[in-house]
Amino acid sequence: MKLQKIKWITLMFALGAVLMLGACKKKVAPPPPPAPPPPPAPTASLSASPNSVPKGQPTTLSWQTTNATDVSIDGIGAVQPNGSQQVTPADSTTYHLTAKGAGGTQEATARVTVAAPPPQAAVPSATEEELFSQSVKDIYFDYDKADIRPDQRAALQGDAQFLGQHPNIPFKVEGHCDERGSTEYNLALGTSRADAVKSALTQAGLPANRVNTISLGKEQPFCNEHTEECWQQNRRAHFVYQK
Amino acid sequence: MNRSKFKVDIRCNPIHVAEVQVTHRMSPRFYFIPQTRAIITSLLLLILALPCFSQQDWIRTGTGLGVEKIRLAVPDFKPSNQDPKNPELLKAFNDTLWNDLDNAGIFDLVSKSFNPLEVPGQPTEVKFEVWSAPPPNASMLAFGNLGVSGNTVMVQGWLYDVKNVTSPQVLGKQYTDVATTDAARLIAHKFADEIIFRLGGGVQGIAESSIYFVSDRTGHKEIWAMDYDGSNQRAITHLGSISLSPRISPDGSRLAFSSLTKTSWEIMMYSLELGRAVAFPRFGGTNLSPAWAPDGTRLTFSSSRTGTSEIYMVDASGGSLKRLTNAKGPDVSPTWNRKTGAQLAFVSGRSGLPQIYTMEADGTNVQRMTDQGYAVSPSWAPNGQFLTFSWMRKYGPGAPGSNDIYLMDIASKQWVQLTHDGGRNDFPSWSPDGRHIVFQSSRSGSEQIWTMLADGTKVQQLTFTGHNTQPNWSWK
Repeated sequence: MKLQKIKWITLMFALGAVLMLGACKKKVAPPPPPAPPPPPAPTASLSASPNSVPKGQPTTLSWQTTNATDVSIDGIGAVQPNGSQQVTPADSTTYHLTAKGAGGTQEATARVTVAAPPPQAAVPSATEEELFSQSVKDIYFDYDKADIRPDQRAALQGDAQFLGQHPNIPFKVEGHCDERGSTEYNLALGTSRADAVKSALTQAGLPANRVNTISLGKEQPFCNEHTEECWQQNRRAHFVYQK
Repeated sequence: MNRSKFKVDIRCNPIHVAEVQVTHRMSPRFYFIPQTRAIITSLLLLILALPCFSQQDWIRTGTGLGVEKIRLAVPDFKPSNQDPKNPELLKAFNDTLWNDLDNAGIFDLVSKSFNPLEVPGQPTEVKFEVWSAPPPNASMLAFGNLGVSGNTVMVQGWLYDVKNVTSPQVLGKQYTDVATTDAARLIAHKFADEIIFRLGGGVQGIAESSIYFVSDRTGHKEIWAMDYDGSNQRAITHLGSISLSPRISPDGSRLAFSSLTKTSWEIMMYSLELGRAVAFPRFGGTNLSPAWAPDGTRLTFSSSRTGTSEIYMVDASGGSLKRLTNAKGPDVSPTWNRKTGAQLAFVSGRSGLPQIYTMEADGTNVQRMTDQGYAVSPSWAPNGQFLTFSWMRKYGPGAPGSNDIYLMDIASKQWVQLTHDGGRNDFPSWSPDGRHIVFQSSRSGSEQIWTMLADGTKVQQLTFTGHNTQPNWSWK
């Protein structure tokens, strides 16, 4: 009985000690309400316009900062607190602005996407089309075959996902073949390739009437060399954005 | 050390018209089905003990080997008056007549340098002994005259059996037409066809026939036409899209082909009489390779309207659609048995690489004809006995594959290779007389149209501008 009592007392004491300690801590670090006026924290914003360019084309970075004394952009260096500058990134780049002031440090980023070799007559405003061409991958086939290769399934899944997320993007699937074999048989083979992709897309949930297909056989090759490398380039289902 | 002599009779109707003899060494290339050996009536196999030339694995063949061709002298026609237009028309006439008779493959033409100095323009001027004796040593003599007066040209032509002095005339013809070089060429074609008809066993000549083909020389693949000898090349369509696979109707009045529209490949129908496209239903999907039944009342083509490309049949206006095949792989390029109109040959990928198959016109009794490789583009011979097609026999990595034109006897499945000269050779199509084959070849560096005799000899290039493909020879 006595032992139990001691235990209880010890426990209570310990609890009290914990409470006391907590209270003490609160007392030790109180917010300094009347402290000297704090320097205002800096603000910063950075934007690129346009934020997506064909390779080789410039874009304009614009930034605004307040309460900053030291502003710099990675890759460009120290800059004025407010300003703009033309840049021509070689690849897709994330620009990183650091604004330091007495009140602290603020960061801002802007992403510039560089599209691979500019398609001829790219419409600069058609960002949806650019998104399409960046996100949708063509599907490649084996010689004289129209079934989806295992190594192409991931790409096709990505295509289905993107197209599912953008239900308003109009597109068609072109079936292409390499230069070998007859014109007529290759047009039939191209049809089968486009249809194989269509059936995979509809299985992934796209409505069938949204997937238009056309075969181009060996009529419009992507590559004109007589090599296996080039033939592989031509054996594909090509996704085309339809305006 | 044995060489076989493989003799192919090309028969039309009951008349025996020509012989194509093909010599070939017994080798693995020579495909033979023993069971059917007994029933081969058209193929005669004679084993001859001949020295074998070890380097070459094929033997160039010739028409009528061992059979003497008729030795025919064709001196230039003479002017019958002094009109200034005569030389131009005479040149067109003489060149065309010579080429037609040379192309026929049944004559041994007397070289013009063997001709005597004085050639006849009239029957009275013929000196029989000069022509029948060496050097001309001719059996037959074709001669005549041409004269322009005003807007018309008149041609008189004769064919003489110079060894029959008492009654030499085989043929005497007179033609009148407008005085143009085109008309002079046409008259020469007609006269040549008369001679071939008389001396060639009663088979109509082909000098007035046409070849339809695809050319990209305007920047787009359009359907073009030309005379059988390559002259008079002209565009038929101006669609600015991609047009392929022209097939002329048996009566020559309509041209079916396949063209790329905005959303599909459709069979198009063009009336050569009206000079414009006429209505034909659109089926959606990929519709390709139309083929006329020999009576002109039906067409077969390949359509993907329900998925895989299959062979369908319609009537001549595109109605009564009926499906003939149902297989997993694509079925394309049907061609009718031109003799019976009851069978079709076509290309199918049902067993992997495309092969040639035959079936009844209702889709039953499907038979595989080729045993390996990549075989496409069948064309059925007018006599009903042979198929010609493009074959890459040994397809695969490391195989020295080349597309060549082959001839197969349908009953026995025996085949013989017709082209050996490199390049990709495709889309063979028979001439109306069954003696010639037109095809496309890349042997000159680009795809062009060539003709040859049905035994592979006398190869001639017909087109030279742009890329020219998919020739289709008219039915008459």
